[in-house]
Amino acid sequence: MSDLVEDLLAGKHSALARVITKIENRSPGYRDVVSDLHQHTGDADIVGVTGSPGAGKSTLVDKVAAAYRKEGLTVGVIAIDPSSPYSGGAVLGDRIRMASNAGDMDVFFRSMSARGSLGGLSTATTDAVTALDAFGKDKIIVETVGAGQNEVDIVRTADTVAVLVPPGSGDDVQMLKAGILEIGDVFVVNKADLDGADRTVQQLREMLQNRGGQGRGGHHGPDQHAETHAGPDEVGPDDETATESWSPPIVETVANRAEGVDEFITALADHGDFLDRTGRRDEQERARFAAEIRTLLREDANGLVTRELDRKGGIDQAISDVVARETDPYTVVDDVLAPLRECLDRDA
Amino acid sequence: MSVEHEQSGRTIRCLVAKVGLDGHDRGAHVIARALRDAGFEVIYSGLHRSPDEVVQAAVQEDVDVVGISILSGAHNTLVPKILDGLKEYDAFDDRLVLVGGIVPEDDKEELRAQGVDEIFGPGASMEEMITYIREHAPER
Repeated sequence: MSDLVEDLLAGKHSALARVITKIENRSPGYRDVVSDLHQHTGDADIVGVTGSPGAGKSTLVDKVAAAYRKEGLTVGVIAIDPSSPYSGGAVLGDRIRMASNAGDMDVFFRSMSARGSLGGLSTATTDAVTALDAFGKDKIIVETVGAGQNEVDIVRTADTVAVLVPPGSGDDVQMLKAGILEIGDVFVVNKADLDGADRTVQQLREMLQNRGGQGRGGHHGPDQHAETHAGPDEVGPDDETATESWSPPIVETVANRAEGVDEFITALADHGDFLDRTGRRDEQERARFAAEIRTLLREDANGLVTRELDRKGGIDQAISDVVARETDPYTVVDDVLAPLRECLDRDA
Repeated sequence: MSVEHEQSGRTIRCLVAKVGLDGHDRGAHVIARALRDAGFEVIYSGLHRSPDEVVQAAVQEDVDVVGISILSGAHNTLVPKILDGLKEYDAFDDRLVLVGGIVPEDDKEELRAQGVDEIFGPGASMEEMITYIREHAPER
């Protein structure tokens, strides 16, 4: 075990910070670090917070973290901000809104940049959650960028997903769009003191009622359920609750005045109880690791294949040959994968 | 420079911190944006931070550069507190500490002696600052 891992497990904040940096940069050795940390995880509750930009995610997270601290719990927060597609740089501004927890080291707040491309964000976020969990944080909150695919990715990391909907955020057609309604376990209409908040709550309620019947309430979609082969009979220890489903509550908050925060925390706790009661937490964990293993496999296999492609002259040569009509994309791929196939067939 | 290229290398992280009662942050905003455009990740602290809060941010965000913007003249009291805090969390040695603002010559020497790496006054150009950071950001 490396010194860094030992220092992290011993509760050194600078070691935790450095591990997350290694994860973000994918520095040499980061995989060993995450591997070593894995056995120390599994105790934290992980909450995802998502919603459109300006919905008040950071302000609410700040107040939630403060409330957890009052209960004597320790908190880790990962806030993801977009990065510039041109320079790769980023201004990570969510920290400004963490005023309630300023100076309190037991709220470990870390800004992460989306760093552009390659779908690496979800892997990096998952690994950073692992680090915070191993460090011993009771509650971990992941706050997303607020736009795009990351919102759906967050469900792979979190036990409970909260979706913030600001008042007047569009007509019911917006809410009909796929994604955001399906991933929420708890909905929050923040800025509930604004005009139109009642109407937004009303619209949300109607949409959620119509959502009934799709799945059994968990935010992990059908495709992920399929991976865990949990039949209806093995859902929970108690048969009477086995068919229990979750109807997402709608909570109204005014985060900058800390109104509704207790209700929100109660809703999160209720969902946690539901997961435990129905055995769905285990199911989710299995689905999460299934997704993680598949992602890593894809990434590593991709690396191996790229190496073989380079050995055969590289992508540029392959492209030129295809452009010149000397070969075609299917043949290129067949050639590159041929040695791999041979190895597998030989061992079969 | 493509994002992919940027991703394969190390991204320099900078904290831009406003400490104390100084309420002027236009310069800090300009610097934050320039550093972002240079491809750095910038964490902006917001106004009126205490030294403790700056230390907390510098440690947790594991920044390579702690940039303290201070125009109020309180640098002699506030900057040493930040330096001490960084040392307390083992976060001093491998970090650049920069001060930007109006600092008299005598004070500059004192701050450098205490561990500030560089001080940028009113005439300093953004290029100068970015080049300095690129050249001096600690290897980790």
